[in-house]
Amino acid sequence: MKKKSITEPRTSHTFDAYTNSEIRRAAETGIYDIRGGGSKRNLPNFDDLLFLGASISRYPLEGYRESCNTKVILGDRFSSNPLNLEIPITIAGMSFGALSAQAKEALGRGASLVGTSTTTGDGGMTKEERGHSKQLVYQLLPSRYGMNPDDLRKADAIEIVVGQGAKPGGGGMLLGQKINDRVAEMRTLPKGIDQRSPCRHPDWTGPDDMEIKILELREITGWKVPIFVKVAGSRPYYDVALAAKSGADVVVVDGMQGGTAATQEVFIENVGIPTLACVRPAVRALQELGLHRKVQLIVSGGIRNGADVAKALALGADAVSIGSAALIALGDNDPRYQKEYEKLGTTAGSFDDWHEGLDPAGITTQDKKLAKRLDPKLGGRRLANYLNVMTMEAQTIARACGKNDLRNLEPEDLCALTVESAAMAGVPLAGTNWIPGT
Amino acid sequence: MHILDFNKLSLRDINKTLQGSDKNSSFSIRNPKGSHALAVGINKRITVKVVGSVGYYCAGMNKFSDIKVEGSAGPGLGENMMSGNIHVTGDVSQYAGASGHGGSILVDGNASSRCGISMKGVDIIVKGNVGHMSAFMAQKGNLVIFGDAGHALGDSIYEANIYVAGEVASLGADCIEKRMTKKHLSNLENILSNANVSDYNTDTFRRFGSARSLYNFDVDNAKIY
Repeated sequence: MKKKSITEPRTSHTFDAYTNSEIRRAAETGIYDIRGGGSKRNLPNFDDLLFLGASISRYPLEGYRESCNTKVILGDRFSSNPLNLEIPITIAGMSFGALSAQAKEALGRGASLVGTSTTTGDGGMTKEERGHSKQLVYQLLPSRYGMNPDDLRKADAIEIVVGQGAKPGGGGMLLGQKINDRVAEMRTLPKGIDQRSPCRHPDWTGPDDMEIKILELREITGWKVPIFVKVAGSRPYYDVALAAKSGADVVVVDGMQGGTAATQEVFIENVGIPTLACVRPAVRALQELGLHRKVQLIVSGGIRNGADVAKALALGADAVSIGSAALIALGDNDPRYQKEYEKLGTTAGSFDDWHEGLDPAGITTQDKKLAKRLDPKLGGRRLANYLNVMTMEAQTIARACGKNDLRNLEPEDLCALTVESAAMAGVPLAGTNWIPGT
Repeated sequence: MHILDFNKLSLRDINKTLQGSDKNSSFSIRNPKGSHALAVGINKRITVKVVGSVGYYCAGMNKFSDIKVEGSAGPGLGENMMSGNIHVTGDVSQYAGASGHGGSILVDGNASSRCGISMKGVDIIVKGNVGHMSAFMAQKGNLVIFGDAGHALGDSIYEANIYVAGEVASLGADCIEKRMTKKHLSNLENILSNANVSDYNTDTFRRFGSARSLYNFDVDNAKIY
């Protein structure tokens, strides 16, 4: 009889359980894994920063008695009608097609209830989101699916999408399962085919061309609405400088925790940089051009709560944008659908096969029965509640730091818990004056 | 006929005048000096003649309007146009008719690379040659080429039609030559007739379109992706 080993079975860090399952999946199917959402890695993030709070050298504001402004104006550099937002949290671009019409309506309702903006996505503008969004940003994407000058003129702002944090240098994907008649018609493509959007715009390359593209959009819309430029977090210093030089009113920088409707897992987890690492280089680019606060900076990618909002603003952003968190507020990955998630081979909280159109919560689907599960009014209310909570959380922190405006938060209010986050955020390691890399 | 002169007016003045003009108005634009974004975002049935060459995005995102450029045009001519007509008597640069949803573009000279990229319903007629990657990812509409086509014609094409009278340097991924049926011959004649083009012989044209083999992912096509 063989003697039982007295040592524990040793699992490999290199070949961990997920890695092994992915090798088996690739061997079985012959295709890379496609999923939705953003990076799931344990990345340096805003949790690695702490606020110092006021004491003797600075004094705080009273929590419920002294006001703390949350309003922000986006796009007053060149446009005559900038966005006037009540809170510095916007809803990021998500397409009809990736999301159901009910989900788009709910996002519009929720954003409008608290006085902020929402954004279209690949595939054009639906009447549901225009009708229920008081301030709607219309995206100009490389695919130009559903791009229509009439809708362009209905928009409150235009966002030129150069890149997305989940897939810098990559195009969107909407697989055949979600291409029903309405989605196919809006995109001028046959029903049921896999739609792989281009990664580059069809009619320009580089910043000099983009400057002329911005001119064209301004001429079409009479210089009324702001022009945003959205870039993926990869080289934020250079990209933000080039976007500002090209004439953008607002620059959006999306870190790698930012979600996507669908792309390759290998792309999501291995291309781009964390949101935390994007903010200071982006701000520095604007400061060096003398354009900080003149060209507003929106940061997105993994923003979850009021602390994240406050930290992004303290590092120099003017506003943040949320996508994945907004979907969770609507009911995405809700534990009440646990049994149905299990049938799909996943769990509530882990579901990311958004491209397959089988979302039990009725959000990332075009299935009529599933989509009906989301009540747009209730969803909108939930989103509004969540946005209000985030705002109040950010105000709580700002008052504790003695600030009567969220945008008065500054890097000096922060310290970092790790050497990595201190270097990325450009703030001192907690308890020291040391900022690595300076 | 109203005359708008770049020597006296700014781009904004001219575009504002065109966009706000009455239906059926006619304009002649003088001294365009290669200006970008000229005659864009027009939403009415007006006629515009540009005397001279223009820069980027001339006649972009227009509906209904009739634009004639007596000269050459820079990149992105008629990008995302929805309807109406554009006629350029000279040559056009890259991306002519990019993402165009409807209407027609007639180019008397040559068109550079990526002519008709991502086109979504527009008809483009080029009496000369077109550059490489023309009709890349073309979704709908027709690209008619009287001369030769550069490399990778129709790469990743969807449901658009390409008609070529001259030589094709090479075809792109999933683009194949297709039989010229009576239906397609009639389609070609209609496109040319609508653009008032009369000096042609349809027998000289060949038709190209999608093999539709890349519409849904297939691991056996991995080398093509």
